[in-house]
Amino acid sequence: MSADGSTPVATLPPRTTTLTQRAGKVRRRLSNPWASGIAIVLAILWTLPTLGLFISSFREQADINRTGWWTIFGNILTGDASFTLDNYDAALNGSSTNLSQFFVNSIVITLPSVIIPISVALLAAYAFAWIEFPGRDWLFVVVFALQVVPIQVTMIPLLRQYVNWGLAGSFWTVWLSHSIFALPLAIFLLHNFMKEIPRSLVEAATVDGAGHVKIFFRVVFPLMVPAIAAFGIFQFLWVWNDLLVALVFVGGQPSVAPLTVRVAELSGTRGGAWHLLSAGAFISMIVPLVVFLSLQRYFVRGLLAGSVKG
Amino acid sequence: MDWLTAAGSPAQKFTLMAFAIALFVVVVGVILFLVDRPKNPRKWVLVLGFLGLPVLGLGFGLVYPALDTIRNSFLNRDGTRFVGFDNYVTAFTTSEFLLVLRNTAIWVLVVPVVATFVGLVYAVVVDRSRFERFAKALIFLPMAISMVGASIIWRFVYEFRPLQGEIQQVGLLNQVLVWLGIPPQQFLINQPWNTFFLIVILIWIQTGFAMTLLSAAIKAIPDDIVEAARLDGLAGMGMFRYITIPSIRPTLVVVLTTIAITTLKVFDIVRTTTGGQFGTSVVANEFYRQSFVSLNTGLGAALAVLLFVLVIPIIWYNIRQLRLAEEVR
Repeated sequence: MSADGSTPVATLPPRTTTLTQRAGKVRRRLSNPWASGIAIVLAILWTLPTLGLFISSFREQADINRTGWWTIFGNILTGDASFTLDNYDAALNGSSTNLSQFFVNSIVITLPSVIIPISVALLAAYAFAWIEFPGRDWLFVVVFALQVVPIQVTMIPLLRQYVNWGLAGSFWTVWLSHSIFALPLAIFLLHNFMKEIPRSLVEAATVDGAGHVKIFFRVVFPLMVPAIAAFGIFQFLWVWNDLLVALVFVGGQPSVAPLTVRVAELSGTRGGAWHLLSAGAFISMIVPLVVFLSLQRYFVRGLLAGSVKG
Repeated sequence: MDWLTAAGSPAQKFTLMAFAIALFVVVVGVILFLVDRPKNPRKWVLVLGFLGLPVLGLGFGLVYPALDTIRNSFLNRDGTRFVGFDNYVTAFTTSEFLLVLRNTAIWVLVVPVVATFVGLVYAVVVDRSRFERFAKALIFLPMAISMVGASIIWRFVYEFRPLQGEIQQVGLLNQVLVWLGIPPQQFLINQPWNTFFLIVILIWIQTGFAMTLLSAAIKAIPDDIVEAARLDGLAGMGMFRYITIPSIRPTLVVVLTTIAITTLKVFDIVRTTTGGQFGTSVVANEFYRQSFVSLNTGLGAALAVLLFVLVIPIIWYNIRQLRLAEEVR
């Protein structure tokens, strides 16, 4: 549009200065007070709520109920601030909360609910990508379309089946439900990754006499590891943070219910017990936060898969 | 065999978990072994081996229940009598449910728009700054927190103490009001604003998601387009309006629709903060209440179907937009 004859050639930047120019651009951006101001205000707004609850979870019960968490900054200056781990002890081991038991339940629920759907989805994605059979495209569209079904729609009929089978209120119901609900998205995403494997690789293996099962394990699977990691983190966070599936299929049963169910219950019945709630909320967050922070790179890449085309 | 359905101690639970995973591995292993045994397996054996489990699971867990729920939505409260569209009529005419529908509409309109807007602004202002990674992590972190945890974090922000005597505020927002000389408010109880204070929680969670995708899209805009526009004299808002927005349009659509679908189905926040009281309930929460608390399965099913119907046009629009974007390319 612009680079017509009227633009003097002399003003075009010589290649060598690109780096310094970039640096200059960055500096200009940073020195734009509006942009920095907006960024700082948003960052503070997004962080303060969590920080407040986090600080509170280490304060004495009496202090939490009497004064706001921000007063500790003044108290630190005067040397009056006191911190304690009692809240965490009470939340984990207190007879009325006993979160450690629910913590175990969360782990027991989550691991199979991540491993099983990913394995099944990998098999399905392989079939859709590399085995030719009549009706393949049609079936794939159906699987993709099943993402439309909200899990709420499936719950009552499923629960009825589980009761018939005598599984109601056991871990099996949660494992099975999470595994099935994850399938449409998992198959879709993993299929997209699998399609990108060069056809020549698979064909070379076929020529060597490898069957589909061998190709799946020897050729395709190793190349899929980054995609599996990305979706695995996704599914992990989703299952660990789930409330609805657990609430419907195992209810409030202490022997099976995960952390989210128990913490939500505490929030309802002991809404004013901030020393238990704040510590409880953080106990439920520790595992996903650690996973998230340590694997952030894969997670973000997984988020971007298929949504931004370069 | 009792421990299979009623594991008690942590050791028993972990054993059960290991057993479940081992069982799964054995089943898949046997299937694949059988498929691979013949030298040239028949095609249908092969397809059955790879697709049998997923199709069985999807049929049992999604297709059949969805059809059954649609049927249930035309039955009475305990599923014994056909009542036609009565449940839907109830949902659309009772004042209680009209309020629920209105709230859901507010959620679905406000959350995607505000979360996407704030995410976009943040992505633009931190783009190429020195602290970009750290700044993004701060906004993105709430994504890792469960909605239950997020609700508790915000309930603490909204905590109310009456203004009398020596009582001090412990909730930050009310303390700010008091500092400004305004009496403290019951944010979660006063209608109709309480719905908006709940909405803030989901916006807080979803903004990081919007920011991450939009930031990647902004970085994918080719440099030569930006340079050409700059030579044309575009800068600041002009650049944003005529170059950035059109370039990231497909991503904007994906982000808006994904958040809209999440919003429609969300119920954790309402349940943890107000339990749907004080006029804050939404369709997803009302489904749970009718189905599992009031035990009116007919009405609950109708509400679930309603969610289903609301999601379809959003996904349809999304697919159409993606296809349009592909045609342009």
